Amino acid sequence: MTRPLVRPPRKNPILRTRVPTLPPGGRSRVALGLTAAAARGRLELQVCRDCRTVQYPPREACRVCLSQRLDWRQQDGAGELVSDTTLHHSNELFYRERMPWRLGMIKLDCGPVIVAHLHGDCAPAPSRVRVRAHIDRAGQAALLAIPEKDTPNMADDRQLREMTCDPKFRKVLVTDAKTALGQTLVEAVVAAGADLVWAGYAEHWKKPPGFERLSKLPQVSLVPLDLTDSRAVKDLAGEIGGRVDILINTADHHRNFGIAARDGIEVARAEMDTNYFGLLRLAQEFAPAMRVRGADGQSSAVAWVNLLSVFALSNFPPHGTYSASKAAALSLAQCLRAEFAPAGVRVINVFPSPIDDEWNQALPPPKIAPVRLAADIVEALRGGAEDVFPGDIAQDWLSRWRDNPKALERELAVMPR
Amino acid sequence: MNNRRSAYDDVVVTTPVTVPYVRYSIRGAHWFLAGALAEVLRRSGLGKDALDGLCVSSFTLTPDTAVGLTQHLGLTLRWLDHIPMGGACGIVALRRAARAVQSGDATAVACIAGDTNHPDSFRQNLGTFSQFARDASYPYGSGGPNASFAFLTSYYMRTYGAKAEDFGKLCVAQRSNALKFPYALMKKPLSLDEYLTARPIADPLRLYDCVMPCAGAEAFLVLRREEAEKLGLSYARILATIERHNAYPDDPIQYRGGWALDSDEMYAQAEIGPTDIDVVAAYDDYPVINVMQIEDLGFCKKGEGPDFVRRHSFTADGSFPFNTSGGQLSVGQAGAAGGFLGLVEIIRQVTGQPLGAVVAEARLGLASGFGMINYDRGLCSGAAILAAGQ
Repeated sequence: MTRPLVRPPRKNPILRTRVPTLPPGGRSRVALGLTAAAARGRLELQVCRDCRTVQYPPREACRVCLSQRLDWRQQDGAGELVSDTTLHHSNELFYRERMPWRLGMIKLDCGPVIVAHLHGDCAPAPSRVRVRAHIDRAGQAALLAIPEKDTPNMADDRQLREMTCDPKFRKVLVTDAKTALGQTLVEAVVAAGADLVWAGYAEHWKKPPGFERLSKLPQVSLVPLDLTDSRAVKDLAGEIGGRVDILINTADHHRNFGIAARDGIEVARAEMDTNYFGLLRLAQEFAPAMRVRGADGQSSAVAWVNLLSVFALSNFPPHGTYSASKAAALSLAQCLRAEFAPAGVRVINVFPSPIDDEWNQALPPPKIAPVRLAADIVEALRGGAEDVFPGDIAQDWLSRWRDNPKALERELAVMPR
Repeated sequence: MNNRRSAYDDVVVTTPVTVPYVRYSIRGAHWFLAGALAEVLRRSGLGKDALDGLCVSSFTLTPDTAVGLTQHLGLTLRWLDHIPMGGACGIVALRRAARAVQSGDATAVACIAGDTNHPDSFRQNLGTFSQFARDASYPYGSGGPNASFAFLTSYYMRTYGAKAEDFGKLCVAQRSNALKFPYALMKKPLSLDEYLTARPIADPLRLYDCVMPCAGAEAFLVLRREEAEKLGLSYARILATIERHNAYPDDPIQYRGGWALDSDEMYAQAEIGPTDIDVVAAYDDYPVINVMQIEDLGFCKKGEGPDFVRRHSFTADGSFPFNTSGGQLSVGQAGAAGGFLGLVEIIRQVTGQPLGAVVAEARLGLASGFGMINYDRGLCSGAAILAAGQ
């Protein structure tokens, strides 16, 4: 049974901060299919379109009928642990620093045999397990076997924690805590066991309902932060940047209309200033310290979360300039992800459905409630995905986009405004 | 289907050579391979120009292959092969070379295998060993073969009741053989207690279950009997050989190898049975694979390996002489040369020129190879039965 994590002692400032190391990250191109699915939190394996064989490791052809028509299809991951071992020696630094390390060989019910990281609560072989795909610290898909049924404190498993960004005992910055989402997110992160949550706020003269409540939570510290103010971002980074383990950028400037309905570029510029340049300012000031803290003990720097929008995938003309700013932010987030890769810090992009707030007032339901979105973000931190699409609309658009992006463009062009 | 193989007629194998092993070397693989070839030529008396065939195995020869080696060593050949089959490369090289000589495509084929070992070369080889290793096994703990064989060993112990003491007995016996072998890197006796209490590597494997990567080379020469006699070389005849790749792909975990498919046919071709064999060299990168070979080569039934181990001594002068040079477990694993080590030792024993422990009146020897943990199991297996020349 996993022992519950204990709060780490205060960091000894005399000791050197360990340099981040990574598990091996090289993969063949065909194996990146596993990563593409794991990025969305799914376990997908190659299935032969002609003979239905499910196979792993990934191949260029079906191992039974040699067909090259292979599709990545979701699998439930149920299987039997055939053999297990605990490594006490590894050839790579990442694992050497984390010995002992448990591994399993699992015969999946759908056919293939896989080698996977093995959760400490899995009974020795033979036993039933579930296999999930996680993005590991190298940013690649890694298979992980967990017990068939959940066990107490299973999220605290040492190996699992190396593959998640669990807020428990971590320090979190929420860049805009004044919105309905920001407020519920701060509460959700506190409930998830965060040590400290810095709740950012801009425009101190505005007092949105409920915001007072946050300051009463003992774990919460209110910090002034306006992403459009380079100086303010730099000052805050100077103050707390070296301690942020998880940064959740909720700052969002959202106005309606496309191109024809408004004169000038002032509104579009304001959207870009928060949604795109705001992210850039944050990344320039906060990312360097997080990069060197990627292996800083039990509560290392682990994740950077961007609140994007499903509109980032394909322009939603009624919110045209806003969509463009989110698409710009998505592109920048890909750059940030690449720059974080050597540190093992995960960039999680959140593409929510339209949030049920004042700027989506005219959109028909379904819309995602802030409290639900906050829960999905915490869930993403505890899981293994890097791209999450909360809510029904986001899932629907994602399916359409993956199926045929041009068709989605046409569909969005005629959506009700 | 009648696929009875042709006999090897008067093709023989001679001139067993070992380039002494070292833990680490600043030399390249070419240095070790050149040394092996030079020694083959020197000891056989064959002129360099008379050599017209070469068969090469090496992991660290990259970016070269056997082709580059011809120019590197100034060889003009009419037959050349490169066998990247790890622990099975010796058996497979013998098979290829024997048929080349038998058919007349070549008159004398030197089979050489060797690798260098720098402090970081083992790790570098692991990460890029195969596409499946890179995609699906090495990222998981980066244990390399230790992790793969830990799975197999754990499964075997659970399924067939083998104990750590059984595997330990094989390691201790091989060490005792190795103490007489001049090139063994392990020079100290090993006790069962030391084996059982050594530091854990990958449960249930401990330190002495694992081979030590090192640098070195092995070689032998394949030619016609009349050529060998003309050169005054003692030789071994090739009674039968087998090879198999990716046997039993649907076994969820490897508990048997390709030998189980092919050994009956091998004994039929040799017209002998397992009990006629005087000395055995199995591929021994971990003791569990020794036991698997003992079973699959017909010395006992599947699952009876542990009992077989308890009944025999495995020393050169005891019952069931086995890995009489000390095997890779005690001599060291010089990369691809590990796939030659057992075969070269069998050639020595049946031609009456052992360097170390002597198996009295060894007339029939069996060498077995096993190689290439491509993902979760070893894919290549092979074996050969050699007989003392008349």
